[in-house]
Amino acid sequence: MTDPLTLLRTDDADRLTALTSRLAAEAEREGLLDLAYRTVDSPVGPLLLVATPEGLVRVAFAVQDHDAVLAGLAVAVSPRLLPAAGRLDPAAQQLDEYFSGRRDAFALPLDLRLTGGFRRRVVERLTTIGYGRTGSYAELAAAAGSPRAFRAVGTACATNPLPVVLPCHRVLPSGGSVAAGRVGGYAGGAEAKRWLLGFEAAHR
Amino acid sequence: MSKPAFAVVVERHGPTVLRVCRAVVGPDDADDAWSETFLSALRAYPELPEDANHEAWLVRIAHHRSVDLLRRRGRAPRPVAALPDRPSPHGNPRPPEDALWAAVAALPERQRLAVAYHYLGGLPHAEVAALIGGRTDAVRRAAADGIAALRRAYPEDDG
Repeated sequence: MTDPLTLLRTDDADRLTALTSRLAAEAEREGLLDLAYRTVDSPVGPLLLVATPEGLVRVAFAVQDHDAVLAGLAVAVSPRLLPAAGRLDPAAQQLDEYFSGRRDAFALPLDLRLTGGFRRRVVERLTTIGYGRTGSYAELAAAAGSPRAFRAVGTACATNPLPVVLPCHRVLPSGGSVAAGRVGGYAGGAEAKRWLLGFEAAHR
Repeated sequence: MSKPAFAVVVERHGPTVLRVCRAVVGPDDADDAWSETFLSALRAYPELPEDANHEAWLVRIAHHRSVDLLRRRGRAPRPVAALPDRPSPHGNPRPPEDALWAAVAALPERQRLAVAYHYLGGLPHAEVAALIGGRTDAVRRAAADGIAALRRAYPEDDG
C-alpha cells in the first residue's frame, strides 16, 4: 500500500547530483561562486580543497573535519559555497602528481586571505624549504625576519591554511627528525607528517 | 547561530524544491525551474536573515521562477501527454511515480498549486494563499480536493 504523497516525495538522488553540478557551473558563469570545493583521495586520507575565484584558499585533512572547515569558511569568507569540480581541477591534478612522486613543487594561484601578518610571512616562506628537505622553526623565524619568534612560527605552521601545498610538514623542532621519531605537531596528525617526510625523502 | 554554507541548503532542500517544480511546471521543465530557483536563491543568500525558514523561502522563490519560466515559454504548465495509464497486465506499465505525476499535472491549476506548495513544499495554507491569491480556506479546500483526486486516480490497490 503506497500513499500517493509518499510516492511523490521519493527522492531522485542522481538527478539532484547532476542538478547541483549544473548549478555550480551556472553560478561560476554568473560570478556567484565565491567558494568552490571538492575532495580528493590521497595516501594521507581524503583532502578537502577549497578555492575562491583568486585561487586555492584552503586544504584540510579529514582529522580537521571537512564539514566543520566548510562551515567555518561560510562564515569567514562567504556563504556562497558549492561543490564544484572545475575550479579545483588544476589543484587536484597537481596533488595527484605530487602523491605519485612526479611533482616536487606546486604551481597554483593561491589565495592567502585566511592568514595575515607575521603568520602570512611565515607560510609564504615555507616553499623556500625544498622538496625532501627539512628546516627548523628557528630557521624559519630568522627567514621571516624575527629570529626569536620561533614559537609564533610554530603557531603559523599549525594554522597554515594550505598544508601540503605550502609545506609546513618540512618544518621540524630543533633536533627533530623522522629517524629520531620527533617530527613535532601537524594539522593532519604526526602520522601524516611522518608519511610525507618519508615519501619525499624516498623520491628526492 | 551562523548561516550555513549554501551547499548545505542545496543538500537539505534540493529534493523538496525539485518536487515542487515538477508539480508546478511539469516534468519537462522541472530541471530548469530548479536551477533558476537555486541560482536566484544563491544571489540573495548573503542578505537572507539568519533565522529565516530556508524551505519556505525557497518554495516562494520556486513559485516566482516557475511563473517567469512558464510566461517565457508562453504557456501554462504542460501536463504529461495524457492521463496516466493504469498499469496493464500486458505490455510495459509505466513506473507508478510517472503515472502519479501525470495525475498531478492533470489537476485543475489551483488544486495543483495548492498541493505543490502545501503538501510537497510544506508551506502553511495561509502562505500558499498569499503566494497564489485567494482566501486561506479556499486554498485549503483546493489542496484537500487535489489530494482526494490523486487518491482516486491512484487508489492504494497495489498492496
